[in-house]
Amino acid sequence: MARTLAEKVWESHVVRRAPGEPDLLYIDLHLVHEVTSPQAFDGLRLAGRPVRRPDLTLATEDHNVPTLDIDLPIADPVSRTQVETLRRNCAEFDVPLHSLGDEEQGIVHVVGPQLGLTQPGMTVVCGDSHTSTHGAFGALAFGIGTSEVEHVLATQTLPLRPFKTMAVTIEGDLAAGVTAKDVILAVIAEIGTGGGQGYVIEYRGSAVKAMSMEARMTMCNMSIEAGARAGMVAPDETTYEFLKGRPRAPRDPDWDTAVQTWERLRSDNDAHFDREVVIDVAGLTPYVTWGTNPAQGAPLWSRVPDPATFADDNERAAGYRALDYMGLRPGTPLRDIEVDTVFLGSCTNGRIEDLRAAAAVIRGRQVTEGVRMLVVPGSVRVRLAAEDEGLDVVFKEAGAEWRNAGCSMCLGMNPDQLAPGERSASTSNRNFEGRQGKGGRTHLVSPQVAAATAVVGRLASPADLESTRG
Amino acid sequence: MDPITTHTGRAVALRRSDVDTDQIIPAVYLKRVTRTGFEDGLFAAWRADPEFVLNRPESAGATVLVAGPNFGTGSSREHAVWALRDHGFRVVVSSGFADIFRGNAGKGGLVTAQVRQRDVDDLWDAIDADPKVEVTVDLAGRTVTWGDRAVGFEIDDYTRWRLMQGLDDVDLTLRHVSDVQVFESQRPSWLPVTR
Repeated sequence: MARTLAEKVWESHVVRRAPGEPDLLYIDLHLVHEVTSPQAFDGLRLAGRPVRRPDLTLATEDHNVPTLDIDLPIADPVSRTQVETLRRNCAEFDVPLHSLGDEEQGIVHVVGPQLGLTQPGMTVVCGDSHTSTHGAFGALAFGIGTSEVEHVLATQTLPLRPFKTMAVTIEGDLAAGVTAKDVILAVIAEIGTGGGQGYVIEYRGSAVKAMSMEARMTMCNMSIEAGARAGMVAPDETTYEFLKGRPRAPRDPDWDTAVQTWERLRSDNDAHFDREVVIDVAGLTPYVTWGTNPAQGAPLWSRVPDPATFADDNERAAGYRALDYMGLRPGTPLRDIEVDTVFLGSCTNGRIEDLRAAAAVIRGRQVTEGVRMLVVPGSVRVRLAAEDEGLDVVFKEAGAEWRNAGCSMCLGMNPDQLAPGERSASTSNRNFEGRQGKGGRTHLVSPQVAAATAVVGRLASPADLESTRG
Repeated sequence: MDPITTHTGRAVALRRSDVDTDQIIPAVYLKRVTRTGFEDGLFAAWRADPEFVLNRPESAGATVLVAGPNFGTGSSREHAVWALRDHGFRVVVSSGFADIFRGNAGKGGLVTAQVRQRDVDDLWDAIDADPKVEVTVDLAGRTVTWGDRAVGFEIDDYTRWRLMQGLDDVDLTLRHVSDVQVFESQRPSWLPVTR
């Protein structure tokens, strides 16, 4: 029978199948961070259970960690306790951990791929919804809750209800300055924040084929913002090229065997998808959000929409609420919206390619007065690579702050937060009320739009910057 | 986990769609390392508004939350379920739930009853008309009942069974540990390890 990529990966991980019960799936890689794991380790302790496969488990510190003064003890005592709890748990249960200060520390979804741990055809889970990032490699990767974290620690498996499959076919060449972030924001606006519920999305088509691994990760990362359980891209030469030589990637003679296995990870030509969406991105322009969920987005050249024109009652009510929270009026050109802060980073856009793209825009220009720009690399490795290329100097000379690695202002669990009423252009993934700090207002943007916005002080694209280079 | 087959209680009408996990419990409340004590974080930003529905006197003691579509969208934080439970909610009725939230709810003894939006609308109206109206959620019959209305709700069979039995997933899986061993013995040796 013809099968989709997602179904092939699922089938190859079924440990047990019984009528009336969910399939029990084996988990190849379990990533752990400090926020969603303490109660899971507690559960193991209470039951006297070990971690079944510490060698398939990897922990990093990311959500709480400060991005300044990382050689000092964490100032917030509650954050410090949570990080110290992770360190104690990893020591007690023999789980490898990349702590603050370690060269492999960083956001869990940046660290896994850069180590070569995330490989095609694997099952990857983490107590974090943005685990969908790893689907860029053709892995079935999804976020889980703390009870499931405990279950995977104890058994290296998960009982899982079946999912539906959705093909999102993205055709056309992206125009200069248009990125995977703009594509995924447009996809989410098309299918809605709940449109992916119960689905695993496979992204395909010429635009996806042409994307780098970093771009595919950005897109798969935000699958959850459409409500999908996971997003995937079939592995190809781009995938192999990215993986080859990474510390945990297969080495010769295993490499050829691995590639042969990966080559089979394609949806069959006649495979059936429960839903198919086709999007032409040839005419796509930079996309930004105006509201408080990621589906409330529009092209940068357009205006804040009038919720009165929304057909659906709930969407209309949500639209009015969002505009009220965001302090915006219908009809305002999006380019007129002034920001206080620009955040470049996160598991969505905190990789080296993102920093390069933003640096290329801001090189020789200045962050406008009154705007603060935070640049937070996704991992220590990304930070070091950027410094090797001199990107840190570019950002610092432009007046941006060059920080240490972590989740930072994406969710403001560390001191990097918006003040009430402050407005940001952010390369992160969620514009929910208060996400970046209580009362903060978030516009989701691409790295290029973030950099241009920092220069102009209003939402802007690189094309708006002609003649501002000093 | 305490078994639950049927639950009756007063309800709160949360007339909002896309209620995300950052609203249910903001990130600053996630720093604790315990599994209880998250009640103060529940809808923390919205509760700062005295007019917010949970702040009204008639909402005190309610155990059923009735919300618009796509409830629980966003992060994987199980703290959202713990906060709702710690506050006293046993059931959320909605016309749609985010997947991870729904899975977490099933682990944490919180019933997620999915009904049609027009049933949600009717239930909202009934609660507004009489905040004391008793709502009964029957897992065995898969019905939500108030006044003389009864509507069916959707929940998957396995989660329903586990909730009714109060069973722990890890215990269930460990009964099949030999299957796990067999699977592990057949995994390719080139698959990555973390050390």
